[in-house]
Amino acid sequence: MKTFIGIDLGSTTTKAVVMDEARNVLGRGITNSRSNYDTAATVAKQEAIVAARFHLFREALSKSHALNGGLEAFIGQLERDFRLEQYLEQLADLEQVCENNVQAAKFGDSAKEVVVALQRLFSLLKEEAPTLFAPGAKRKSDFFRDIAGAGYLSAGERVAKEAGVRYDQLLNVFDRSIIEVENRVYSGTISKNLLAALERTYAAMPETLHRKEKISLPIQSVIDTELEETYVVGTGYGRARLPFSKEHIRSEILCHGLGAHVMYPHTATVLDIGGQDTKAIQVDKHGIVESFQMNDRCAAGCGRYLGYIADEMNMGLHELGPLAMKATKTVRINSTCTVFAGAELRDRLALGEKREDIMAGLHRAIVLRAMSILARSGGIRNEFTFTGGVAKNEAAVKALMDLVRENYGDVTLNIDPDSIYTGALGAATFAWRAVVEEGKEAEHKEKEAA
Amino acid sequence: MTVQDIVKRCEHLFEDLDFNVVSEWKAAQPGRKAIGYMPIYVPREIVHAAGMLPVGIFGGGDQLEVIQGDAYYQSYICRIPRSTIELGLTGRLDCLDGMLFPSICDVIRNLSGMWQILFKDKYVKYFDVPQDYADEVGGKFYIHEMQALRTDLGRLAGKEISDEDLKKSIAVYNENRKAVRELYAYRAQKPWQAPTSEVYLVLRAGCVLPPEEHTKLIRSYIAETNSVERPKRDNARVVLNGSFCEQPPLGLIKSIEMAGCYVVDDDFQLCQSWLLDDVSVEGNPLEELSKAFLHRSAQTASKYDDKKEDKGKHLLRQVKSRGAEGVVFAMASFCDPALLERPMLQDVLNKHKIPYTAFKFAENTGQMAPIREQAGTFADSIKLWSAA
Amino acid sequence: MSTVTPIKDAKKKEVVKEDAMWIQKELINKNYHEIATAHETGRKVSATFVPGNLNELLMCFDFARRLPETDALQNGLRKKSGKMIMDAERDGHSEDVCTYVKTDLGMMLQGQMGPTGEPMPNPDLLLLSYTGCFTFMKWFELVRQKYNCETIMLHTPYQGDGKISPAMRDYVVKQIKEKVIPACERISGKKFDIDLLRQYMKESVKAEEDLVRVLQTAKHRPSPIDGYFGAVYYIGPMFTAFRGVPEATKFYRLLREEVEQRMREGKGPITPDGEMTEENYRLVVEGPPNWTSFRDFWKMFYEEGAVVVASTYAKVGGVYDFGFRHDPEHPIESLADYCLGCYTNLNFPQRIDMICKYIDEYQADGLLINSIKSCNSFSAGQLLILREVEKRTGKPAAFIETDLVDPRYFSGANVKNRLESYLQMIKQKRTAAAAAVA
Repeated sequence: MKTFIGIDLGSTTTKAVVMDEARNVLGRGITNSRSNYDTAATVAKQEAIVAARFHLFREALSKSHALNGGLEAFIGQLERDFRLEQYLEQLADLEQVCENNVQAAKFGDSAKEVVVALQRLFSLLKEEAPTLFAPGAKRKSDFFRDIAGAGYLSAGERVAKEAGVRYDQLLNVFDRSIIEVENRVYSGTISKNLLAALERTYAAMPETLHRKEKISLPIQSVIDTELEETYVVGTGYGRARLPFSKEHIRSEILCHGLGAHVMYPHTATVLDIGGQDTKAIQVDKHGIVESFQMNDRCAAGCGRYLGYIADEMNMGLHELGPLAMKATKTVRINSTCTVFAGAELRDRLALGEKREDIMAGLHRAIVLRAMSILARSGGIRNEFTFTGGVAKNEAAVKALMDLVRENYGDVTLNIDPDSIYTGALGAATFAWRAVVEEGKEAEHKEKEAA
Repeated sequence: MTVQDIVKRCEHLFEDLDFNVVSEWKAAQPGRKAIGYMPIYVPREIVHAAGMLPVGIFGGGDQLEVIQGDAYYQSYICRIPRSTIELGLTGRLDCLDGMLFPSICDVIRNLSGMWQILFKDKYVKYFDVPQDYADEVGGKFYIHEMQALRTDLGRLAGKEISDEDLKKSIAVYNENRKAVRELYAYRAQKPWQAPTSEVYLVLRAGCVLPPEEHTKLIRSYIAETNSVERPKRDNARVVLNGSFCEQPPLGLIKSIEMAGCYVVDDDFQLCQSWLLDDVSVEGNPLEELSKAFLHRSAQTASKYDDKKEDKGKHLLRQVKSRGAEGVVFAMASFCDPALLERPMLQDVLNKHKIPYTAFKFAENTGQMAPIREQAGTFADSIKLWSAA
Repeated sequence: MSTVTPIKDAKKKEVVKEDAMWIQKELINKNYHEIATAHETGRKVSATFVPGNLNELLMCFDFARRLPETDALQNGLRKKSGKMIMDAERDGHSEDVCTYVKTDLGMMLQGQMGPTGEPMPNPDLLLLSYTGCFTFMKWFELVRQKYNCETIMLHTPYQGDGKISPAMRDYVVKQIKEKVIPACERISGKKFDIDLLRQYMKESVKAEEDLVRVLQTAKHRPSPIDGYFGAVYYIGPMFTAFRGVPEATKFYRLLREEVEQRMREGKGPITPDGEMTEENYRLVVEGPPNWTSFRDFWKMFYEEGAVVVASTYAKVGGVYDFGFRHDPEHPIESLADYCLGCYTNLNFPQRIDMICKYIDEYQADGLLINSIKSCNSFSAGQLLILREVEKRTGKPAAFIETDLVDPRYFSGANVKNRLESYLQMIKQKRTAAAAAVA
């Protein structure tokens, strides 16, 4: 089947969206951007395609009524099992790379012990792997680097002690190896992993075994269906680094505007607060960008500002919003300068202000900056769509709602929990338009023939 | 009124970003008009002579949330134009019938044109002052500028401004400047009796009060504060320089004092002490105002120094006459004139072996700890140095 | 597809230039040499600013003429400014202030080695033409403070009301007659000869006429010139030490012939990578360029087929395209009018009118503002210009930020991102408009 893919290469994460000919979103994928944008794009795309496969599984199985009532549980299990298979594959790869790297690390006499320790460590990691993907298990991140890294670090110390090697030697090996593994793409093994996962699922859910054939058939047929990458459009900050021709690249402003329009067709104004920049976009009723403004050189008021605050407070980024929500008043914070934020914060604490009240002030300060950028772009019009990482922060959303009401009156505010995919969604829509609406493909072929 | 009452009133006027006192003054008599002016200097006599209230607009301070104003400025431009636009766009300056933008720097200059566009129904004038100090050249031009303002305001008032009107206003402002000089002299003599955080508020009240009332207020402050003894501390005596346009937050002034400095002279409200002595009420009033400007006015970064030898003379005079032991440069971030002037002033101070320290601020600076630290260290080093 | 085609017979392989450009390069190098050797040859050295420069007058006294702004931008182009700026900052200058000033002071700290590698003597006269920029005043005060040079202030009042009043003109004329000329006579030891001034001005007028014609060829589609990046070379002689110099007049005649020929042939602008063959976007630009990454910056435009048809920067040393010419019949008065009429001495409504007029007359797709950190005279309030121009023309505008000569302040990826977004937005709007018509 034909698919249209949008890839948004951001500074911290890379997102992909796969769309079918009827503009249904089949799947979404996300990965960390790493140092290698190429890999990031490939991995995100692959993740999205995997998600698309699951979407199609669900569709096919639901049509066949093979799992009446038990569909979601089955698909859920299958997905976890698939992640586990993928994880084990990467883990095996990591182990191999680590062992190779011990030689390069010049550990001298202790090299042998380090290898032994590694073997012990990886067998522990393999053992604990299924629990990581058990139903209800919580993972801080879905990126291999983070999951494997966390396990490696927590078990490494003990293993090092037992094996009589230095902990830092194990860390050294990990650091040398993770980038290599992280930047590898495992595209050839997806079908294999899916089938292996299916076996695990049957084992985990023996009650489904008696319908094995009825279940496996539609799954196999989806696996056999080729997902043709009909047209790919790349966007985002790193788009220039994508190995695409110019026609396949759109600015993130355009993609963001269109993506917001696709999610909420009545969108007139879009605000996106990401890690590195803040964008205010005005779109017309077709999702075409009319004007836009971005934060100036100064990164004040971007998501990164909250990152600094979190570091300063020794808190996790995701804990800031909930803390601010406990505030009983809003302390006025004047500096959204990332450099001064820490100093101002300590000043307020020294004056005896409560942490939550300061947090509320900080969230208001960051949103105030966004309000200025919005004003620059032409203000807020109905409807107003808020996207980006900061849109997930409830305190920021509350501050925004207050300020919008104070300055623009009643406006419908749209926030999609998956707004991180807005740019990729816009890009996928551009890809779809290029083929279906503009017949670009045909034109392309004509050109080539001529 | 006790000294606390006076200070409280001034603080109230300072914090009132809606300029209610101006609206009240206007409402007291139908047809009254008020004209805003920005730093550093305009001849308020002309506004006063037209029967209008000159209102000093010195930004929005640290209590104003700036949203719309920020939409007009890049991060590398100082804060005062943003907050001033915010005041305008939020209707807080509706009580003003016009705005004067004196020649001070490129930012305020450009703001004059922005004001013409944003507030089309208001009287807006860029008020140029000469950088040539010959009576026949710069003086002639300046008189022409003042005459243009006089004509405009006369038209706005519906009545020409006569020479007699001007002379009366000059006399009123001579008295006001005298009171300001008395206040500065008193503070230099007994800085513990007149802390700068209070003196600042008393002066700031002169931005919104009629000059006659302000003169009285200054004098009653001096009398009242003198009647209650306050503890004298072993502080270093410093001159503060560089805050002639964008104003530091009150908390910053307090921080400097708390850190162990007595500010014995400054350039906060330069408009009120710009002309160094009385303007003659004899002769042609505009000529007299011009002569005072050309030959007997303060020096500041926005004003050209004709000769190299002139650089820093005013600051040196402040240091010497007030018995100061050092200079604190407090410049607004991105203030081109002040920051470009600073190395030259430091050069002069070095030659005279006068110690100094320097930092930058914004009108909404929130972190005082580093400034307290720096001012404290400076005060300590002065005391050590003078003890040695 | 590439929008530029390399030209084969270019004189130098890496960089392609028009023939006239080589004459200009020689002029500039010769001038630097004249400055370097002025004191040996018994000449005095003057320094003055680009906006409001009294070049013909300085020529009357045979000054070797330095322009510190040009020195700074040359140092920027040659990637020498970064260190100079840091040296000046180490010497006590704030990171907040103008980097032209800091480049100049840094160059002096490094022993006054000029951009061409020849040492520059201290100026004997700092002619402080205070036109449209307060920083100029502090700049020469700083130079005077350090090097004891005689400084003469020529105060040009601002067009706050959008017009030149007789009092303003009289003020400038008087300063020239009573202060500037006597000082020049005293320092140079040469008597002022008004007929000599007239003679130089006759040269100026011819060159001014040709420059205007060159800049206005951009009204043609495709434009044979780039009115911003390319115009930097065209305005060079006129805005610096060569207005009134016969060689410069020749340069402008030659340039005009070349450019008009290109226009007749339907050719696009010449870029450092060759001729631009595809004109996709026509832009008006407000604000000075960045010099440290000048070529990279320009490339971002021509790679996309974007040509700048008009720019306000090309008027910074004199606004000639609305009829003003120096007047040999009234030489001093016309110098005053020239100073008063420079672009940065215009008020905001005038600047906005001018940009709207350019968008209309040059059939531009929109306005791009390059906001310069150093230059408050240009930059303060540009976001209002953006909004007003969008409102009045209905054309989209965009905003980027760089600096004149501070390499720390040029983020190529950032600028490219915004520029691309802007151009794609224009394209998308155009497609949508075309679809609506169809």
